[in-house]
Amino acid sequence: MAQGLRGDAVVAGFVERRAERRFTGTPRLGLEQWADLAADVLADAGIAPHEVDGLCCGGDPGESSMFVPATIAEYCGWKLSFAERVDLGGASPVGMVWRAAAAIELGACEVVVCAASMQPRPAPPRPQPVDARVSFGASSNAWGSPQAEFDIPYGNLGQNCGYAMYAERYHDQFGWDERSRAKIVADQRVSACANPDAVWFGHPVTVDDVLASPMIADPLHMLEIVMPCNGGAALVVTTAERARHLRHRPVAITGFGEYLTHKTPTYAPDLTTTPVGPAAKRAFAMAGITPADVDMVELYDCYSITVMLSIEDSGFCGKGEGMAFVRDHDLSYRGDFPCNTHGGQLGFGQAGLAGGMSQVVEAVRQVQGRAGDRQLARHDIAYVSGTGGIMSEQAALVLRGL
Amino acid sequence: MSTREAEEAGRPQGYPQRGDPGGAKPHPAPTPTSQPYWDGLAQGELRVQRCDACGSWVHYPRHRCPVCLSDRLTWHPVAPDGTVYTFTVARRPTAPPFADEVPQVIAVVELDVGVRMTTTLVGIDPADVRVGMRVTGVFDPGGDGPALLRFRPS
Repeated sequence: MAQGLRGDAVVAGFVERRAERRFTGTPRLGLEQWADLAADVLADAGIAPHEVDGLCCGGDPGESSMFVPATIAEYCGWKLSFAERVDLGGASPVGMVWRAAAAIELGACEVVVCAASMQPRPAPPRPQPVDARVSFGASSNAWGSPQAEFDIPYGNLGQNCGYAMYAERYHDQFGWDERSRAKIVADQRVSACANPDAVWFGHPVTVDDVLASPMIADPLHMLEIVMPCNGGAALVVTTAERARHLRHRPVAITGFGEYLTHKTPTYAPDLTTTPVGPAAKRAFAMAGITPADVDMVELYDCYSITVMLSIEDSGFCGKGEGMAFVRDHDLSYRGDFPCNTHGGQLGFGQAGLAGGMSQVVEAVRQVQGRAGDRQLARHDIAYVSGTGGIMSEQAALVLRGL
Repeated sequence: MSTREAEEAGRPQGYPQRGDPGGAKPHPAPTPTSQPYWDGLAQGELRVQRCDACGSWVHYPRHRCPVCLSDRLTWHPVAPDGTVYTFTVARRPTAPPFADEVPQVIAVVELDVGVRMTTTLVGIDPADVRVGMRVTGVFDPGGDGPALLRFRPS
C-alpha cells in the first residue's frame, strides 16, 4: 500500500490581509491578531468557532515564547486534540498545512486553523529587552550558537548575503544570465499588478529596471529581494466529508514533502542542489502525479534565485536549465507557466510567516476559482513550495480541487 | 510612545533590529568544545578536528562527528590554504557593526582538507574575486576579541 496522505483532508477556506508597507489598521496584540484571523477564516469556510479542535502556529504571537499553542487555545476558547508549533521559518505555513492534513487523516482532529500574522502591536509601556537569540534577525547570536561563533563575527548574518552566495555559486557553475533572474521578478510583477492587495500593485517593472536597481549583495539587486511588510493570513483544514457541505470548493492535500540539511549555507552539502528537490519528489510521488501535471506553481520567493533553484530542483526542468526555462516561458498569470500568480512575495510583499502562507493561500484561491482578474482557466492542481532560513529547510505540497 | 517606538510604529513588526545600534563588532565567545580552535588562531595556527572513527574532517568544532556521531574527535593543525567555494560582496552592511567594512567580501572557503568555513577576503579588489580562486589564511589578531581567520589570494 502506498504510504502518505489519502487526500481525505482539505483546505476549506482562507483569509489574507492586504500587504501594507505602512500599516493603516489598528495595532493589536499578536494574540488578538490570531483571533481576528481565526474568526475570519472560519467565517470564510462556514465553520462554527466551537468546532475547531486543532491549530498550527509558527514563530510566536509576540506575547509568549513558550506554550504558544496553549496560549492561543485559551485566548480563543478552544478545546484542542491537536496543537503544533511549526519552526521551519518561511516553510512553516507549508509545514502547518501538511501536519494538519496528517493529523486529520489519523483521526486526531477534524478542524485545524493555521495562521500567521505580522502587524504592529500597540507600543508596550516599557521598552522590551533585546534577546541575543534574535538580535541579528534569523541568525542566533546566543552563546554556543554556531552562527554566533563562526559566522556572525565575519558579517555572515541575515538573509541577503546567504542567498547572494547561492546565486554566485549557481551562476559560476551554470552560466551568467542575470536577465533570467530579473525576468522572474518582472513576470511576477505582472501578476502583482492584477492583485489589488499586493504591495507592488500598480507598479510594473522591466528586466532592465530590476538590473538597474541598487546592488545589495552581489549578484542580487534590490528588486530581487522581498519587501518586508505588514499582513497576515490563515487557512482552515478539515475533512473532505465535512467540506462537502461548506461554502467553497474543497482543496485536497494530496501530497507533501519536507527536507532539512543545514541552517547556514557555509555548511550546506551542496549550494546548487537545494532541499526542495527531495521534498518535491516525495510530494509528487505521494500525489501520484508528475510536475507536468500541475496547472500552477506557487514557489516560495524571498529572492529571485530562490525561484530559479526551486523551478529546477522541483523538477520543472533539468539542473542548470532554469535560466533557459525562464527565458522560454511567461511566468505571469497570463503565461504558459503560471508561477506565483498573486505576484509572489516579491510582488505581493512579505509579512513574516504570512509571506510563505501567501503561496498556499493563492493556490487555494486559484483552485477554488476565487482569484478575480487573475483567475487561471485551468485551476485544478497546484504545486506549492515553502523555504525557510537560507534554503536550509524546504517543504512542498500538491493540492487538488475536488 | 518613545521616539524609537514612534519610528517603529509604521514598520513591519517582528523583523528585529540588527545587533547593537552602537555598532560594536560581535565577537566570537568560545565554548569548552571550541576553545582549542580559538587558542590555535591566537597562536597563528589553524586547527581542525578529525574523527578518529570515520576519518572525516569536521568544522565548525563539535562534540560529536556529523558524519558518524562518534565523540572521538582529535585536533590537528592544518595549512590555512583553500579555494573560494562562494562569496558575495555586501554593498550594504549586513548589520550596523560592519558598516566600516563595506564593500565587504564575505566568503565561504573550502580548505584543502575539505571542510568549509565562513570568512572575509582581504587584500583583493572585490571585482577580482572568483569562485574557485586559491586563497590562504591571514591571522587577524581581532582587536578586543579573539583572533579571526581571514583569507587573501595565494
